[in-house]
Amino acid sequence: MLNRRTFFAAAAIGACIASAPTFAQDNSKDKSIVVASTTSTQDSGLFEYLLPLAKAKTGITVKVISQGTGQALDTGRRGDADVVFVHAKSAEEKFLAEGQGVKRFPVMYNDFVLIGPKSDPAGIKGMKDVGKALTIIKDKKADFISRGDKSGTHVAELALWKASGIDIEKDKGPWYKSIGQGMGAALNTAGASNAYVLSDRGTWIHYKNKDQLAILVEGDKRMFNQYGIMLVNPAKHPNVKKDLGQTFIDYLISPEGQKAIANYKINGEQLFYPNANDAGA
Amino acid sequence: MAGETSAFQLVLAGDPGLYAIVWLSLVVSLSAVACAALIGVPFGAWLALTRFPGREGIIVVLNALMGLPPVVAGLAIYLLLSRSGPLGSFGLLFTPQAMVIAQTLLVTPIIAALARQTVEDLWAEYRDELAALDVRPFRRVATLVWDARFSLVTALLAGFGRAAAEVGAIIIVGGNIDGFTRTMTTAIALETSKGDLPLAIGLGMVLMAIVIAINALAWGARRAGEHYAG
Repeated sequence: MLNRRTFFAAAAIGACIASAPTFAQDNSKDKSIVVASTTSTQDSGLFEYLLPLAKAKTGITVKVISQGTGQALDTGRRGDADVVFVHAKSAEEKFLAEGQGVKRFPVMYNDFVLIGPKSDPAGIKGMKDVGKALTIIKDKKADFISRGDKSGTHVAELALWKASGIDIEKDKGPWYKSIGQGMGAALNTAGASNAYVLSDRGTWIHYKNKDQLAILVEGDKRMFNQYGIMLVNPAKHPNVKKDLGQTFIDYLISPEGQKAIANYKINGEQLFYPNANDAGA
Repeated sequence: MAGETSAFQLVLAGDPGLYAIVWLSLVVSLSAVACAALIGVPFGAWLALTRFPGREGIIVVLNALMGLPPVVAGLAIYLLLSRSGPLGSFGLLFTPQAMVIAQTLLVTPIIAALARQTVEDLWAEYRDELAALDVRPFRRVATLVWDARFSLVTALLAGFGRAAAEVGAIIIVGGNIDGFTRTMTTAIALETSKGDLPLAIGLGMVLMAIVIAINALAWGARRAGEHYAG
């Protein structure tokens, strides 16, 4: 008697969970793939523009999980994504070396910009040498917001401190605030606390709450920001939809996909520059 | 959802993207409350009527679990449903089902703990009567739950409030995928990170309006039920 009740209870709970998606819009039977990508591709609005074009061409519904680069690669490592689309070449090469990815394709680039309050308390506006600007920020102990989330932008920020001859782990003080959040949240925090912050240009252009923030340093070659895409290795993760995933990658690096990326503009300003043909990128 | 518009313009214009998000939020949270009620009410009532060693410990843990951080619940379900986790073969991660499971985990302790308290209070009134009639344990649970049904609505609403408000669990297990697992709360988090604070706060007000409407409906149903039950 009790067993039958237990059985009915279990069945009811199972049915309850299973029935939920029948009310929701369920695309899972479609041709769809999961792409783990960075907050910058989402926050910049690129995917909102690009994915409908990709779907029209390939018929593939792309489900984007937007995370920092480090987290996106970990999602790939667990086999929870079919494709990873990120921006930290060193971390991507490590991913490949572990056998987690099949092959890396360069897709596009833009650059990082050093953002700060218009009042510019550290006085770095217009500098061409980002190393010098960061050194001044450190010496003056001007507030600086770090992503602190192993994202591509965080990795780039750490590399820039290093290139400036600063050991940020040792030299950081209360002025250096590691918030462990996405790009938009870091910009919100910088704006609300009169602080400096490193951002990718795409997110910055699309960002709506600029208020007292402005680009203070840009154009240093070391602020280059390359995006790469990889299929998660089906040999390691048998659930990876390798054909659909590769079709999506092929679209992005095709002349048509590259042109679509170049055409994404906000107020006439281009956010990403395609460079799939640059094998060294 | 397009950039320069406000949430109210989206509502007035009948923006299909917004309606899909609202619909998914309701489906996920209400399903989670239904599942949690199926588990939590019988469990809470059973706990109220049964005496065994360790019972007090379970009650303390159950009450503490009402404060389970959504991020922790989300992470636990994530690791369970991940392709490299024990239930990975079902392919449930980044689906609405995963979100229902995570929210069920969050809501069940609330409903169970409140149901236990409600039924235990009622049990104090009915104990002698039920004992005199020699009612069997299962019937006792059923009788008391039925008699407490109007008070239990509050437990369900508390659970619904928790589910509708949380973002930490569903953003981890759902992935905030546009058109598939994006809900009101994850959309608010996204618009905040895009720096579109007016749209984010507008969506927040739409969410609050919906939650108030549901609470009003539940309240009305309870009043009507009490009236007819005499």
